Amino acid sequence: MEKSSRSLLTYVLVYLTFLYAPVFLLPIFAFNDSAIISLPLSGFTFDWFLMLWSTKALHEAFYNSMMIALISASLSTTLGIFAARATSRFEFPGKRGIVGFLMLPLVLPEIIVGVALLVVMIQLGLSLSAWTVVIGHVLVCTPFAIAILSSAFNSFDISLEEASLDLGVNKIGTFFRVILPMVAPGIISSFLIAFTISLDEFIIAFFLTGTDATLPVYIWGQLRFPARLPSIMALGFLMVLLSLLLLLVAEYFRRRSTQFSANSSASNESIL
Amino acid sequence: MISNSAKPIIEIKNVEKRFGSVTALDGVTLDIKEGEFFSLLGPSGCGKTTLLRIISGFDFPTSGSLYIGGEDMAEVPPNLRPTNMVFQSYAIFPHLNVAENVGYGLKKLKLPKAELERRVNEALALVDLKGFGPRESHALSGGQRQRVALARALIMQPKVLLLDEPLSALDKKLRDAMQIELRRLQQTVGITFVLVTHDQEEALIMSDRIAVMFDGKVAQLDTPEKLYRRPANHRVASFIGVMNFIPAKVVSSNSKSLVIDITAIGKITLDADEQYAAGADITVGIRPEMLTILYSETADDKDSFAATVNARSYYGDMTYYDVRINDTDIHATISMRNTAGRPVLAPGAKTRVSWGPDSFTIIANT
Repeated sequence: MEKSSRSLLTYVLVYLTFLYAPVFLLPIFAFNDSAIISLPLSGFTFDWFLMLWSTKALHEAFYNSMMIALISASLSTTLGIFAARATSRFEFPGKRGIVGFLMLPLVLPEIIVGVALLVVMIQLGLSLSAWTVVIGHVLVCTPFAIAILSSAFNSFDISLEEASLDLGVNKIGTFFRVILPMVAPGIISSFLIAFTISLDEFIIAFFLTGTDATLPVYIWGQLRFPARLPSIMALGFLMVLLSLLLLLVAEYFRRRSTQFSANSSASNESIL
Repeated sequence: MISNSAKPIIEIKNVEKRFGSVTALDGVTLDIKEGEFFSLLGPSGCGKTTLLRIISGFDFPTSGSLYIGGEDMAEVPPNLRPTNMVFQSYAIFPHLNVAENVGYGLKKLKLPKAELERRVNEALALVDLKGFGPRESHALSGGQRQRVALARALIMQPKVLLLDEPLSALDKKLRDAMQIELRRLQQTVGITFVLVTHDQEEALIMSDRIAVMFDGKVAQLDTPEKLYRRPANHRVASFIGVMNFIPAKVVSSNSKSLVIDITAIGKITLDADEQYAAGADITVGIRPEMLTILYSETADDKDSFAATVNARSYYGDMTYYDVRINDTDIHATISMRNTAGRPVLAPGAKTRVSWGPDSFTIIANT
């Protein structure tokens, strides 16, 4: 017993080290007072962050990324609401096949999606811009939005909807007064996760971005200049923090949404 | 009690409902009178919930028609019907507090705040939840949730209140108390209540009339007493309470009475409004409490028969005996109240059994 738990502990430690050690290198070198990424550390500095502050191209890339993420997350969450509502509440022919197709971008290699979209855009004569990136990101974010929203819509007790209709409120009123507030945590969670995915996505953005570089594309471009590497470390560190924050908030709302539905079905916890 | 002349508030005419190849309702016709407490009683899958959902407007009949208050409901969606429902799960909106839940349906009337508040408080008082308005709905117990669901429906002043197995999620003690209270509430507000339940005791206690349903059809529609004393057929008789079924032969029959011969017992005269051919095989039924154990082996009473205790179940206030009559194969279940000084017989004990007049009822074989 003692021995097996010790080997399990070793396994866990090795696993976590492989997973997170590279991430922990980011802050270490982001604050290291040397242009060369190597040990031993030479000293502590904020210079690399100050350098980020003064790089104009970076600000443009950051702005592009934020706008693309905002629009992609809004669109994919809206589409996700429609799809999740339709699949959780209604039966229609070919439902399983349609859901499968909607979820397919989850497993398609992004490079294939990127190349295919690029070909389509060029054939359609569209010039590459932030908007073409939005199209690509909506494509990859929507399956995530559907997955998150489906669980929110599925755990929604249908009798709540019927109760609202029964109390004289029509379908539209019911959607806004009961369904939407109940699945709101799921919607926020879906939005934040789609936002994070779009913010971090590189391959599709790389193919479709044109001149409006996104943050990951900008970072990729900067890797050609070894002198910029420490400031990229600093930028990477900030992005990890942002992503982590967004995911924590998303998880908080996702849990609230399941808590809601757990409450509505529990009806007999204690006596009057 | 509702007089026979009360006009129907709900008229259901030859309603059929099919879900694909499954027939949930197979030609149901019945009237529900204004102001009565009406129950739809039956085992799960008998169509009672489907019928309630058709009345509420969540389902529409495949054929047949439904009138509420004289109006055809064929095209009327649930939000425009003069009915309100208490759901089995209560369906309390978890994102709203108690007062917001109760006032939910009134919001569209755009009442002044004070008026809305007054009506909500009135509805809460009606269900004994005075002062519960600001409470969060997820902090309520099962019984409180049910009261909120009741208040939320009653505040709409519906013509008909529909209750879908409202007590099934409560524990036994609370359920017993709520049965009495629902009945009292119905008489206070004077609204027609339509209850769906699979619990025969619940239906008997609360209802003015009960429709017993099997396989999408109404098997019998009667008052609780009639249903219990004179079940229409074998299935109704065994669904409601316990019934001993005893085969018998018709000796003679006229328009008022019937003489039958039971193998183990002998000749008995029953009231009957139907004539039977002499020599025909029929079944008669007798309830366990209609039979009495005499706790003696001597045959001083002419109308008593020897019996042997086969098995017994002790319930505290009652003991149920399974006895064999006159050493034949005829068994009967007998319930005896465990009053002071009355022994509890052991299996194998010999005793005698008797019954009062009008204890047997004829059971149709359909």
